Amino acid sequence: MVSFNLLVAVALAYVAFLFIIAFVAERQAERGKGKWLRSSVVYTLSLSIYCTAWTFYGAVGYAARSGLEFITIYLGPTIVMIGWWWVLRKLVRIGRSQRITSIADLISSRFGKSTELGVIVTLIAVVAATPYIALQLQSVTLSTAVFANSSGQNWGAPELASAALWVAVGLTLFTVIFGTRNLDANERHNGIVMAIAVEAVVKLFALVAVGVFVVWGVAGGIGPTLDLIDASKIAEWSPPGGRWFGLIFLSGAAFLCLPRMFQVLVVENDDESRLSTASWAFPLYLMVMSLFVVPIAVVGLDLLPEGSNPDLFVLTVPLAEGRSGLAILSFLGGFSSATSMVIVATIALSTMVSNHIVVPIWLSSRAGGAMMSGDVRYAVLMARRLSIGGVLLLGYIYYRLSGGGEALAAIGLISFTGVVQILPSMIGGLYWRGATRWGAAAGLITGFAIWAWTLFLPSFGADEVIPQIVLDQGPFGWGWLRPQALFGFAGLDPVIHAVLWSMLLNSAAFVIGSVLTFPLPLERLQGAQFVDVFEHSTGTRSWTHGGAEAEDLLVMAQRILGSTEAQDIFQREARGQGKEGYLPDVTPKFVEDLERELAGSVGAATAHAMVGQLVQGASVSVEDLIAVADETAQIMEYSSRLEAKSAEQERTARQLQEANEKLTALSIQKDAFLGQISHELRTPMTSIRSFSDILREGGAPDAMQARHAGIIHDEAVRLTRLLDDLLDLNVLENGQGTLSRQEGHLRDVIDRAIAASVVGDSAIKIQRKRAEEAIALDTDLDRLTQVFINLIANAQKYCTAAEPVLRIVVRKAGGRMAVDFIDNGDGIAKEHQEMIFEKFSRLSDHRKAGGAGLGLAICREIMIRLGGSISYLPGQGGAAFRVILP
Amino acid sequence: MATRGKKPVFLEQASYRQRRLQDMARLLPVLAAVLFVLPLIWKLTGNDGRGTSDVVIYLFVIWSGLIAVAAIISRRLKLEPESDSSKEEG
Repeated sequence: MVSFNLLVAVALAYVAFLFIIAFVAERQAERGKGKWLRSSVVYTLSLSIYCTAWTFYGAVGYAARSGLEFITIYLGPTIVMIGWWWVLRKLVRIGRSQRITSIADLISSRFGKSTELGVIVTLIAVVAATPYIALQLQSVTLSTAVFANSSGQNWGAPELASAALWVAVGLTLFTVIFGTRNLDANERHNGIVMAIAVEAVVKLFALVAVGVFVVWGVAGGIGPTLDLIDASKIAEWSPPGGRWFGLIFLSGAAFLCLPRMFQVLVVENDDESRLSTASWAFPLYLMVMSLFVVPIAVVGLDLLPEGSNPDLFVLTVPLAEGRSGLAILSFLGGFSSATSMVIVATIALSTMVSNHIVVPIWLSSRAGGAMMSGDVRYAVLMARRLSIGGVLLLGYIYYRLSGGGEALAAIGLISFTGVVQILPSMIGGLYWRGATRWGAAAGLITGFAIWAWTLFLPSFGADEVIPQIVLDQGPFGWGWLRPQALFGFAGLDPVIHAVLWSMLLNSAAFVIGSVLTFPLPLERLQGAQFVDVFEHSTGTRSWTHGGAEAEDLLVMAQRILGSTEAQDIFQREARGQGKEGYLPDVTPKFVEDLERELAGSVGAATAHAMVGQLVQGASVSVEDLIAVADETAQIMEYSSRLEAKSAEQERTARQLQEANEKLTALSIQKDAFLGQISHELRTPMTSIRSFSDILREGGAPDAMQARHAGIIHDEAVRLTRLLDDLLDLNVLENGQGTLSRQEGHLRDVIDRAIAASVVGDSAIKIQRKRAEEAIALDTDLDRLTQVFINLIANAQKYCTAAEPVLRIVVRKAGGRMAVDFIDNGDGIAKEHQEMIFEKFSRLSDHRKAGGAGLGLAICREIMIRLGGSISYLPGQGGAAFRVILP
Repeated sequence: MATRGKKPVFLEQASYRQRRLQDMARLLPVLAAVLFVLPLIWKLTGNDGRGTSDVVIYLFVIWSGLIAVAAIISRRLKLEPESDSSKEEG
């Protein structure tokens, strides 16, 4: 027989071993050498905290009582893990991108960083976990009692209670030491993860060892074991279908919602690829864990006397066979299961309690808010330590109150059902952008209330909390509210009854609440980030402008993250902005990033509130700030900005292209003109020279001489006109020359222009309405006349119609008076319309034009100087020019 | 141009394979759920020839099969690159 003292010594040595493992792992991680600490194997093993003492001891008891049904508790998580691509992958990605610290933080963060939701989820989690922690304490004490009793001591209730107390105190110490060493920015606990990985190996090894011993040592091989199964009382395999199905669902859902599972699955996960490995490795672990449960149960039933507790078969069967070593190993396995679960659960719960309840209360109790004196870090750590103690104390109290319920499995299922109330809000929040915080709160509270009424409170036993008469007839005699037969659904299994109604009404309240209410802007931003996490994992902007000083933010960040880490963040950001020192510009992006870093330590809601106090200043509320960043407005603003930008760019490009075309055409024309102007100058020069040669030689008849002299004169005039034009243009362009203002009438100006230009046989028919031309002018009338003359002369020269007609129309255009000169010729081709007002441009080489393509250029310069303008008017059935009068 | 012509074809095939693997990863839990509930139907059909030991063997065989398939899928499945906001502590 194992002496009790030896057992205690072994247990203490084992705990010391775990301490060392955790300590070494922490050290390694601090030195940055602990890569192996973060391998997929360790991650998978850390998930094994799902297999608690309930699993280790309880599964065998469960199998002994209800046959194969125990296996549903493993099938649910198996389906969830195998289906990691659906939910877990998204959960892990969100957990990493949003720095989620707990499941309460997830819900709170998703629904607009709502503090209230964080509180609700935390309360549900704590209440649901309390029986479960009590269960672990109970299993450790019960298993200790087995050894105590077998070594002659007779343990009664007082000894059990004191043992439970000692276990609780020991677990508190261990968890405080390794769980709150630092406020890790990512809530990762290398030491603890390593310790629970080791414990995972120990419990698997222990259970398999017992199983192997039972199958080959006691039953005599696989065949006889199977025969034994079929011969035992659990051979009758007739699970109620609802329970089989319901428990698979329940365990799968609880796997996602249990705070401790969320801690190891999401919070402690630092690489998504771990999940990919765990997707098959963890089901494998579960399968091996459950492989020997039925054989142990059957052999225990067969071997041990009627009435012995089947929950302890794992211990009592080896003891009955006289295998003390195996029994101690088995004890260590159970001990590992219990302790690892309690450690992680208390860490998860204390994080939630401190982040969502203690710190917000503490912050709001101080008027100064985030800028108060004192170390937030220290406060948060203390809050966590106290929470750990508090959670374990609650578990201990429940254990004492419930007096140690007989069937472990029943307590476990009650706990599962409670925590699963988070599922609708979580899944809804992950996949439905329309989910609102009101819906989530309604669903959570409804589900929690139904759970408490139908399962949790009755679990204390009749007349403990709920009187027997209420159980039988409902409160106030309302039969439809009977706790275990809501709406008259009597005869259902209590657990399935509770799961069914709580899930149905929870989901209904969640959906209806969400549909009827309107989300806050921040909720919508967060919703978009959660639901579409794979599309855009980059941050949103919930802070539109930084009203905070970088220095204030640094002071606050130092209090939460510690000075080194905070300074690192600020320096990195400053360097990223190209600045020296520690104080970067407070951009919305930076504030957002900083808030996320802080959220990794104190949770999203608290971080948001703290940053909010600094950023928004006193007068502006969070809502005001965020309203500006309303999701749709943001997107619309962004796209319209983009649109405007691209339109502007298009415009610029078009202008550039136009300018380029103009330049190219001009340069070609200029070249042509140079040739032309030399030609223009040369032709008269040549004739002047040759005719003056003839005159110099003399001997020609007088008539001939006169004709020659006339030609020379004409050519000289032509030259002079050309040079005059060039000079005129030059003067106008350089802004030289003065304008001589006169008062007059438009009609007179047009009269003069027509008189000057319409001469001789080439008379063009001019249509005008003199009545309209009675407009008083105060400008340089001579210059204006020059413009008109030019336009009329052009029409005469270039109008190709058989009977050229020029209409002169006076009209109002754009609030100013305009004179249109419209002929009935071919007009000017579109590609030339741009060019005609440029110097040296000539559309044809009509010799008869006699000009050098300067006329319209001069007109334009004149009109600009007069304060009017001239432009080509397309689409008038001929060449048309509009002169806008000054 | 020849290499550019070849590469997309190769990539396309690979990403096509990835898509189908993702489909498999999504379908597997559904298949698992169906297979795990199947023993209930034996009971419904009143097939009493099967004892607990048969169900035990059935469940563990199915379980192992699912684990094997999940392992194959997860090993071939490539994860999308992670967002940059979370890479500094990798």
